[in-house]
Amino acid sequence: MTIATTYNEDQAQERADSASLTRPVSAQKGTASGRNRVLLGLYLLFTLLPIYWLINMSLQSNQEILGTFSMWPQDFDFGSYIKIFTDPSWYMGYVNSITYVAMNMAISICVALPAAYAFSRYKFIGDKHLFFWLLTNLMAPPAVFLLPYFQLYYTVGMFDTHIAVALAHCLFNVPLAIWILEGFMSGVPKEVDETAYIDGYTFPGFFIKIFIPMIRSGVGVTLFFLFMFSWVELLLAQTLTATNAQPIGAIMTRTSTASGIDWSTLSAAGVLTILPGVLVVYFVRNHIAKGFALGRT
Amino acid sequence: MNKVENNKAWFLVLPMLVLVSFSAVIPLMTVVNYSIQDILGNSAFFVGTEWFEKTLNDPDLQGALLRQFAFSFTILAIEVPLGIAIALLMPKKGWQASAVLILVILPLLVPWNVVGSMWQIFTRGDIGLMGYGINALGYDYSITSNATDAWVTIILMDVWHWTPLIALLCYSGLRAIPEAYYQAARIDRASNWAVFRYIQLPKLTNVLVIGVLLRFMHSFMIYAEPFVLTGGGPGSSTTFLSQSLTSMAIGQQDLGPSAAFSIIYFLIILAVSYVFYIAIMNMQKDKVNTQGGA
Repeated sequence: MTIATTYNEDQAQERADSASLTRPVSAQKGTASGRNRVLLGLYLLFTLLPIYWLINMSLQSNQEILGTFSMWPQDFDFGSYIKIFTDPSWYMGYVNSITYVAMNMAISICVALPAAYAFSRYKFIGDKHLFFWLLTNLMAPPAVFLLPYFQLYYTVGMFDTHIAVALAHCLFNVPLAIWILEGFMSGVPKEVDETAYIDGYTFPGFFIKIFIPMIRSGVGVTLFFLFMFSWVELLLAQTLTATNAQPIGAIMTRTSTASGIDWSTLSAAGVLTILPGVLVVYFVRNHIAKGFALGRT
Repeated sequence: MNKVENNKAWFLVLPMLVLVSFSAVIPLMTVVNYSIQDILGNSAFFVGTEWFEKTLNDPDLQGALLRQFAFSFTILAIEVPLGIAIALLMPKKGWQASAVLILVILPLLVPWNVVGSMWQIFTRGDIGLMGYGINALGYDYSITSNATDAWVTIILMDVWHWTPLIALLCYSGLRAIPEAYYQAARIDRASNWAVFRYIQLPKLTNVLVIGVLLRFMHSFMIYAEPFVLTGGGPGSSTTFLSQSLTSMAIGQQDLGPSAAFSIIYFLIILAVSYVFYIAIMNMQKDKVNTQGGA
């Protein structure tokens, strides 16, 4: 704050303009940004190479993969993709994963919205302890809960159902959603609430008609994070399912058999697990940066 | 923001409390229950701290714990500076900003076991670009027989996978710095380093603490990626805590020791995370104070 208060903002703008006129910064800046581009390009190359290699493998037949080492597919072979899209035991894995992820998103956001509102607006007995307890669930290693979950869901007859996985993923997704939403909600001035109540809104009316639309970018980003963490988690999803609700990650292990690994199908299945995420991230690309800071910037 | 004191707010948190209790408190109680009893079929008897003593003295688990700490600190030491650097390099406006953002985010969207498979393919000597390339350079690279290679590969994989999280946190922190700060710095003819040290870094501390907390937690729970890539080998050189625990609980069905292990494991994470939590809360308090003062 000290720098900003020393100068009035308009004055600062004026002086900065004159300063940049008197100093030949543009040439210096040009080389610096050129070097930056190269460095950033190198990092992006590092990011994309393994993904490219996966795509490359998925478009080759197994003979080609094992027979010759090539940087790109010689003759494009879509056999693995065709196999995944026509065999129900393969594509049902994607359906199962998407089903429990969608259920988890719906459940998590419904319970997280009011709770986040309470944390951002009110003081109540035990609020700080409750918030820390929530965060401890975010910290809990899924491996710790593996065995009790298995027994709990088996006992209540929910083993191998989508809802079991969706509920299990609430363990870390509900705290995360509350944490992000609380940040976004604290950015909305309290006067908004007060004005709405004076205008005669009831709490549910105000919350649904006014408040949620105001933080809709926050809700969108939260949904993205819920999707992401439920989609990438496998340990719990795999343990709580057997056949009916088996996630794609578990089905992928079938590619390794006694006669060797079916590299082509494994790669194609892997490529297809990345696509939904890319699709979702495209919708929230403008708000995502703020979401990563949990709404606190 | 001044919060109103109102205990009716409990009604708003109630649904969440019921749900999270079902998925956290009941299972955790089960674990505690197992950890102090010996269960054979239907009979169970109280054994007190026996399982805890056994677990703490188990050399395999001590090894896994040491490797876990070494791993977590190594990846933090690499990912945090690298993430800050990437955030500084990312374009700030226009279509390039969106495009780079989506490319940087990609690794985070890959399911964890697919990350393992992807790197397994990428690093194989016969069909993988990286494995083939390193072998072609004359170094005998193999993650299945050489423990050092396996370690370096797992760290590289984690850097690939999780640096984007730090980078994006810092990127959002950087975007929140008002342009006037940079203008003031230009007037003072501050060097790039001075701008970074006195303007950007202080503004980043908030997001960095969150980032380090999240990274520490996640790296401590790492399971699927090394499991798929190396299977914990060669030997047990890349077996981390979650994998030891899973093989004990599911593989050998040792309820008592694995429950005691779970609790110790959870407590370590809890202790470290509590320190971070206090740091975050103090920072927010400072922020409120300075805002109130200004």
